Amino acid sequence: MKLQQLSLFLENRPGQLSEACRILAENDINMLTLTLADTQQFGVLRVIVSDVQRARQTLEEAGIMVQIAEVIAVEVPNEPGGLARVLDPLEAHDLDIEYMYAFASRHKGRAVLVFRFRDTDAAVQVLKQLQLTVLREHQLTDLV
Amino acid sequence: MNATFQPTFHPVSAPDFLPAPQLRQLQMARLTRILQHAYDRVPLFRERLQQRGLTPSSIRHLEDISRLPFTQKSDLRDTYPFGLFAMDIHDVVRLHASSGTTGKPIVVAYSREDIQVWSNAMERCFAAYGMDANDIIQNAYGYGLFTGGLGAHYGGESLGATVIPISGGNTERQLMVMKDFGVTAICCTPSYFVHLCERIQDMNVDLASLPLRTGVFGAEPWSDAMRDRIQEMTGIRAYDIYGLSEIVGPGVACECAQQSGLHVLEDYFYPEIIDPDTEEPLPDGTEGELVLTTLSKFAMPMIRYRTRDITAIIPEPCACGRSLRRIRRISRRSDDMFIIRGVNVYPSQIETAMLRVEGTTPHYQIVLTRQHSLDQIAVQIEVTPQIFSDTVKAIEASRRRIQQEIETLTGIRVTVELVRPGAVPRSEGKAQRIVDKRNV
Repeated sequence: MKLQQLSLFLENRPGQLSEACRILAENDINMLTLTLADTQQFGVLRVIVSDVQRARQTLEEAGIMVQIAEVIAVEVPNEPGGLARVLDPLEAHDLDIEYMYAFASRHKGRAVLVFRFRDTDAAVQVLKQLQLTVLREHQLTDLV
Repeated sequence: MNATFQPTFHPVSAPDFLPAPQLRQLQMARLTRILQHAYDRVPLFRERLQQRGLTPSSIRHLEDISRLPFTQKSDLRDTYPFGLFAMDIHDVVRLHASSGTTGKPIVVAYSREDIQVWSNAMERCFAAYGMDANDIIQNAYGYGLFTGGLGAHYGGESLGATVIPISGGNTERQLMVMKDFGVTAICCTPSYFVHLCERIQDMNVDLASLPLRTGVFGAEPWSDAMRDRIQEMTGIRAYDIYGLSEIVGPGVACECAQQSGLHVLEDYFYPEIIDPDTEEPLPDGTEGELVLTTLSKFAMPMIRYRTRDITAIIPEPCACGRSLRRIRRISRRSDDMFIIRGVNVYPSQIETAMLRVEGTTPHYQIVLTRQHSLDQIAVQIEVTPQIFSDTVKAIEASRRRIQQEIETLTGIRVTVELVRPGAVPRSEGKAQRIVDKRNV
């Protein structure tokens, strides 16, 4: 149920993002989805890749600070209210979302929401109860 | 503004012009007295002399001073609070302190007579700059434990001038006071003065129309180029002043109208230059570490105090006629300490702060810059697994905690910047912890 997301520390200056991407490309690692959080001082690139352990190793060898965080991907209908229908019950269960991002699935009419919860295990239980489509890694790969 | 500027002679300057043989005689008499005093009252000094088989009477000539042991900053710290006091606390009328490396400050003590000596030294510095009883002095050095504020204050009062104890900060009020009271002289750090000038220009006030004509600038390194800029921009005469709290505070050495090196008030503070590595004395004209002995300070005498400041004694006599020997402007230090906005900062304070917050000491680098004429300090820290997180909130919280801890330990506002692992250059041997981009 839980997916592994890579988080990369990027300095806020030109060339930092492209370097990380080039390393992944050179090692034939595909990025399924990503989001970039930035501050005045630095950025955090969050990315879900095809081979998380190999990606981590190659990035670390290149001197990039990497961490693995557990996230949850939920598939919803790609239509108005698709996200809201998921958020409302999560809020009702007092589940704190640290951040989230979304992308349109290759399957027509479907979208994928990636959540980073403060308490991932509690979130999994609630999502199961809600009978939402929580994606496993191979399912996610198929969708892209 | 021009090289022919010549202040009128001030009576307080008389000791500056003692013929050299008389000056040496005076120094020797004072040295003999202070050595006996320190030997009788300071156990650490007595023990160190005894270990070398010396007594105060072993020192028969001024040159014999090189046989005496050095005093280091660590001696002040190790014997905190009273260890180097040579007088009972009840005979001490004032304490000052500067920041230390481990949270313990460096404390210095003054007797009533010491304060008089210090006031006289500062007064003579002011006189050397051409100031007199008619001056209105805006004293923008910080008042408090820092020696700058009260040192300049007492010197100005001794001179008979009007002293405005405005202390540092509050630029608007500084400018108002300067204009409204017809300030003729200002004491502050050179970078703060440039900052004031820029604000004055923003207000469309012509500085040349104000009566300000003398600047007494110290407590941080600056250069002749910066002096030229200040003098051209403002039409005032900008003078360097040197001092350190362990010795007395400001007033150890000052420039004269020649603006060519700083005269050490050596009837009070005896200068030597040593090789910082071999600790051997160096001849005049050779660059090395300045070592000072207080000849007239009784609450806390400093014998052969290693200042860590690198300079040289200028062998040639000064055109002003003073017999006091000159040292070159201090450009650097032999240890890692740096001075920012008049405050001593040590890399070890920054390490302590990181250790307290993160439990480790990441690789880091201190970058000093000058923005809008004010010294800025940035600490670049390589991000560690402890600091890094996938949430910006958590990283920011760590960064701010380190920043606050450094500010608490140093008393200086800093910016902590996170950089990627390996971004801080590694050097062979001693790490290059400080990058000074201030271009002074």
